[in-house]
Amino acid sequence: MSALSLRDLNKSFGGNVVLNGISLDVEQDEFIALVGPSGCGKSTLLRVLAGLDHADSGDIFVGGRDMSPVAAADRNIAMVFQSYALYPHLTAGQNIAVPLAMKRLSHSQRLPLVGSLLPGQREIRTGIARDVREMAALLKIDHLLDRKPGQMSGGQRQRVALARAMVRQPSIFLMDEPLSNLDANLRVHARGEIVELHRRAGVPTLYVTHDQAEALSMADRVAVMIGGNLLQLAPPDVIYNDPAHIEVARFVGQPRINILQAQAENGRVGFEGIRLALLEKVASGPVSLGIRPEFVKLSPSGRSGLAGRIERLEFLGSEVIAHCRLDASGEIVIAKLAPHEARDLIAGMPVGVLLPAEQAMIFAPEGRRLRIADVAGARQEPAYV
Amino acid sequence: MTSIPAGRIIRFALLSLGALMILAPYIFMISTAGKTQSDIFTSSLALIPQHFYFAENFAKALAKVPMATLLWNGVVVCGLIFFFQVVVAIPCAYAMAKLKFRAARLIMVLVMLGLLVPIHATALPLYVAFDRMSLLNSYTSLVAPFTISVFAIFMFLQFFRAMPDDLLHAARLDGMSELGIIARVIVPNAWPAVTAFAIFSVVAHWNDLYWPLIVVSKQAYATPPLGLMYFRAAEAGDDYGALMAATLIITLPLVAAFLLAQKRFVEGITMTGLKG
Amino acid sequence: MSSVSLAGNIPSAATLQARSEDRTAWLLAAPAVVLLLLFVLLPVAAVIFLGFTDFELGYGKFRFVGFENYAHLISDRTFRRSLWNTSVYTAIVAPVSIVLGLGVALLIEGEGRARGFFRTVYFLPVASLIVAMATVWQYIFHPTIGPLNALLSLVGIPGPNWLGASNTVLYSLSIIGIWQSVGFNMVLFLAGLTAIPRELYAAAHVDGAKSALDRFFLVTWPMLGPTTLFVVTISITNAVKVFETVKMLTDGGPNKASEVLLFTIYQEGFVYLRVGYASAMTVVFLAILVVLMLLQYRVLDRRVHYT
Repeated sequence: MSALSLRDLNKSFGGNVVLNGISLDVEQDEFIALVGPSGCGKSTLLRVLAGLDHADSGDIFVGGRDMSPVAAADRNIAMVFQSYALYPHLTAGQNIAVPLAMKRLSHSQRLPLVGSLLPGQREIRTGIARDVREMAALLKIDHLLDRKPGQMSGGQRQRVALARAMVRQPSIFLMDEPLSNLDANLRVHARGEIVELHRRAGVPTLYVTHDQAEALSMADRVAVMIGGNLLQLAPPDVIYNDPAHIEVARFVGQPRINILQAQAENGRVGFEGIRLALLEKVASGPVSLGIRPEFVKLSPSGRSGLAGRIERLEFLGSEVIAHCRLDASGEIVIAKLAPHEARDLIAGMPVGVLLPAEQAMIFAPEGRRLRIADVAGARQEPAYV
Repeated sequence: MTSIPAGRIIRFALLSLGALMILAPYIFMISTAGKTQSDIFTSSLALIPQHFYFAENFAKALAKVPMATLLWNGVVVCGLIFFFQVVVAIPCAYAMAKLKFRAARLIMVLVMLGLLVPIHATALPLYVAFDRMSLLNSYTSLVAPFTISVFAIFMFLQFFRAMPDDLLHAARLDGMSELGIIARVIVPNAWPAVTAFAIFSVVAHWNDLYWPLIVVSKQAYATPPLGLMYFRAAEAGDDYGALMAATLIITLPLVAAFLLAQKRFVEGITMTGLKG
Repeated sequence: MSSVSLAGNIPSAATLQARSEDRTAWLLAAPAVVLLLLFVLLPVAAVIFLGFTDFELGYGKFRFVGFENYAHLISDRTFRRSLWNTSVYTAIVAPVSIVLGLGVALLIEGEGRARGFFRTVYFLPVASLIVAMATVWQYIFHPTIGPLNALLSLVGIPGPNWLGASNTVLYSLSIIGIWQSVGFNMVLFLAGLTAIPRELYAAAHVDGAKSALDRFFLVTWPMLGPTTLFVVTISITNAVKVFETVKMLTDGGPNKASEVLLFTIYQEGFVYLRVGYASAMTVVFLAILVVLMLLQYRVLDRRVHYT
């Protein structure tokens, strides 16, 4: 039984489909990154899970228990918000104590003024304070407990928000872009910390981000959402090397994958004299051929490969990005080269663009990946398209 | 899912009950303005008049109250006050907010002190002074004390501080003088603050009775509240029909303006309110 | 080295520019400063000064009387009555209109479609001429032909002489005061409510704040702190400044039962023309406003700053 199962969640605002049949299983101890461009529905999915929003149809099970009749407050799902949503009038310690107070103190004991006079609350409050201190020690924020959010830095607030979420030992952990308000250096550091905390707590985690690098580097599995659809759920290397959809291929990877126009005929894709045999039958017509920039090679002599011209070179230190325009189609192909490979290249010069056929990926017009059976008509070693 | 939750029904009922109490005076005002004297005495709870007497009551009110003069005075006084307040306050607030101005702190102290002092506190010496200068019963006496609004300075100051300095630097590089910057950069960008303040100022001075009551004793310079007071004093009896007709006419302009631009009104009052 | 000694004698370009900017600033601020002195500070000084004299309008001469006016104030039964009435009126109108304003704002905030309608209705009195609406209230409160007593007689309660009896007049005026200011307070509270980040409520839900009451005490009430403080101050000052309804409806009567501070000052100063004595009263009025403001700053300093 999965720790968390989503079954066919649907939701639309007006005529706008935000969640389109989302199904997803999260195992105990698993860290899943939900990644996609802004507006793809990932944050809505998180809010639906937390019980802050409701899906039009579909089911949510936590540990096998149906969550749809359960209010947000009773789901025992913790969430870290993008803005952290710390209560500005409470100190860090008081903020962290809120979920515990809500759980352990009775209705009347929670009332302001009156509550502190009622019997039995003192012991509970001592217990809460102890747990808060333990959690603060774990996150190394014990020295901040008496400060208010306004007196803390972004990184400190983020830790307090994490502590508030973790302190009551939730059954699921949700994070909505918790690092997007931090500066770049801190963000990379915080990635490692969150993964470490997750490993220690062992609570299944859903982590929403629009940053594909964050998703790939942190998650056990990455779920790519685009336009309300969950396009692929797989480990990071599979997402990168073996995307199931053209949108996944486009979204993941920096610089972006090269997408070129090709023709399918009789189950084969022809591109500049090379034929790739497809595993499945597709109607003849245009398809897309994708190839990652790091597989593209350039031949300065221009004698091999497709004829093209370098439009622009970007020097990035450990690598050089070359933008080339193909003479025949006018399409741009981006090559990611090691600096020594780019030594003889100058912007404006004609080059031969070499595309290795076995690294090519074929996508149907609607975006689905088409598997290749074998590469035929190879002219040279290795086979270039 | 289909049934409306009880909470919503209770909320709606409470709000409606409250709204009815707020609206009651307006309902009675309109209904009574259409009643004959005998209707008023016999059936005060009947909302729809038995004999429609609107025309007669309005005719009586219009005959006794120089409505055009009152409204004109109201417009002139409020218009002049608003004009001077803005023309005086904007340059001052600009200088305090955006120029290297050593006296800015001192003026700020004066402004904070001024915020505390309502017209009621300064009325006595001002009255004596206007009396000495024979300026009672004039637009000057009605308008002059309000030409300075520390509140306007305070509000525009807050607003200007939030404007980016680069905007002014760009304007100076483009060769504008400080007055040119105020006229062509500051004022157009301060429009939300100006409209908000306009609503606040007009509502305050259109409604004010205290100061006009002190400096005006002639019908010719009476503002709407004062005019209504004269009319009521003159109508010794309980001719509530005509009285309600007169209140209706006199309340209408501002209420109509509010209903037409209620979003701006609420924004204006909120903005001026919370800044203050 | 030479440039250093030069800078000591001749003002640098930067200093010159700062000076010219300072001059421009003075020119821009001059009208405001002059008017401020003329119409606010000078009159306040004059009021304080006149409070120590026996100045009466119409008599050319006046003399210093020291604290005589103030000594007289303490024993002046009308003035003491007036202070007491103003306090009672404020003690009723301010709290009730604040609580109702907050209540209505909370109800409207949760309301969906009819929200705009209710906001307009409750705000209507703020945009209405209070002098005019006071006459309508006078009709409603009329002991014999007024609809309120007609309504009460339907259920068999003999209605009081609302504005005409000394034991009810202050409460009747308070009702009008509340009617007038609930909408104003509501609009301010609504603005405060909309400024609360939605994510805080989401966080409260997730943190286990199940009931609306929990969320109110965890998020709404503390986040409204600055708004509430402001509404409290402005409600009290506005209540202390009550004048229009009294002047229109009761003239302080019957039997001085509705004498309030500003009305008494008005009578003394502008009807009996005892400017010196009225000035002393005005100084007391100003002192009350100053105390209110100091209290506001105290509270503001103590607790309502978070961000």
